[in-house]
Amino acid sequence: MQQGILLSGSDVDFMIHGIFQYSFFGHQVWITTSHVCILIVMLILTGFAIAANRAIVKGSEVPGGFQNVVELIVEKLDGVVDSSMGKAANGYYNYIGTVFIFILFSNISGLLGLRPPTADYGVTLPLALITFAMIRFSKWKYQKPLTIWEDYCSPLPKWLPIWMPINVISNLAVPVSLSLRLFANVLSGTAMMALIYGLLGKFATVWPAALHVYFDLFSGAIQTYVFCMLTMTYISNEIGDGVRR
Amino acid sequence: MDFNENFILGCSAIGAGLAVIAGIGPGVGQGIAAGHAAAAVGRNPGAIGDIRSTMLLGQAVAETTGLYGLLVAILLLFVKPLLP
Repeated sequence: MQQGILLSGSDVDFMIHGIFQYSFFGHQVWITTSHVCILIVMLILTGFAIAANRAIVKGSEVPGGFQNVVELIVEKLDGVVDSSMGKAANGYYNYIGTVFIFILFSNISGLLGLRPPTADYGVTLPLALITFAMIRFSKWKYQKPLTIWEDYCSPLPKWLPIWMPINVISNLAVPVSLSLRLFANVLSGTAMMALIYGLLGKFATVWPAALHVYFDLFSGAIQTYVFCMLTMTYISNEIGDGVRR
Repeated sequence: MDFNENFILGCSAIGAGLAVIAGIGPGVGQGIAAGHAAAAVGRNPGAIGDIRSTMLLGQAVAETTGLYGLLVAILLLFVKPLLP
């Protein structure tokens, strides 16, 4: 079945490959290229975090060099969270910053020759589920139960909950659309690059660098920004003008 | 009725081509959003930061439907779910 698609189909390869198979309580489980790529990304980010921590612990009053870079990154990320969440931003600096750095580096890791880990639905779905859990949790933390019930019956009065299934479905669609958006964007970039390298052969020598800039850097950065902005928008929507309990 | 694999693959390719027609909608929608953002910057150049982030957010949400079409096309072409 290899020759089925695209006459030179064997050259075009952007799928996930299994590397190592083992048995986990009777199930056959694979270690795939996604695991390896995400491990490399995690190692690099952990190394960066340790270096940043050292730079801050030994930091001086007047920052210089690496400390400057770290402070700049943290201030920019906190500024983004501040500007879109207002007074509720305090509890969400950590999550948004972590997710932002992780997704950004995952998306641009195509430049290092890795297959971007976010081009695997098994990576983006957990990210979106964490966001979903945070949205629900923030709602319960900031709103009274009666207000939540009224929101679920929203266009109709609160003693007539026939609109509730629609609202529940629209809530459940949030993680699906969040994860599919990120996944499909990164996957389309990966697929395009694989098609160019696979089908053009040695004609694709230098000029695909421009496409890498678009598909990996630009598109990856935009999607990272969008994921974080949507997370913050959903959370601050649910918080509304509620007071923390 | 029995179809051979080549027939199924050909029909999958046609279906993938039809699925990415979904890209028309987000193209038009994102163009409208970008045009209105440009008009807004022309009226109020000071708010360019807010306008840009709002535009990107709206465009990303509008892009989702096109991405669903793309996803269907990629599934049809590379995962081949219709083959027995």
